[in-house]
Amino acid sequence: MATNVKAQEAAPPARGWYGVVFLAWLVPGAGHFLLKRPGRGALLLASVALMFLLGLMMRGTMFQPQTGDVLTTIIYCGGFVGDLASGLFYLLTVWLGYAQPDMAGHVHDYGTKFLVAAGLLNVLAMVDAYEIATGQKE
Amino acid sequence: MPKMNLSHFEAAILFALFASVVLGVITKRTDADRLRYGVRCFAYFVAALLGLGWLMKLGHG
Repeated sequence: MATNVKAQEAAPPARGWYGVVFLAWLVPGAGHFLLKRPGRGALLLASVALMFLLGLMMRGTMFQPQTGDVLTTIIYCGGFVGDLASGLFYLLTVWLGYAQPDMAGHVHDYGTKFLVAAGLLNVLAMVDAYEIATGQKE
Repeated sequence: MPKMNLSHFEAAILFALFASVVLGVITKRTDADRLRYGVRCFAYFVAALLGLGWLMKLGHG
């Protein structure tokens, strides 16, 4: 209880969380940098960036939203959201033409999963930045 | 863009490493707790990887 009170007293005003969350999406770890947590921001940036880069180097595929039966919709739309959650990495990859066509092979499959997982790790980082910005966390 | 070929084990270890770092960073309150939690997560990932690997090998005979 006392810790919660202390955390709320030390927390920045809650009105600025939109910008923090947007920045955290756009550049992984940037929300933490903005909230003066550079060490944690650097670790998040390194983890998400390396995972995304390894996914690209394994020639992973970017999902495109696709509908049909329930499973297809979940996999393709969910995968697209996961890819998109990497922010600038995803946008640059698509804009610069590094997105790979879907290929058969287990290494390409690992790469596709790495690309989605990088985005999902960034979602966790965004939630953490949101909680810090709104004072729910130190 | 250079091409990389990783085995299933290498890919899973790298996945475990990055996921553990992020889970450690975002969960606990102090740096010592974060480090401990991250290392524990990584150990659980590796234990699950080895355990499931052996289970599949034994299951296939």
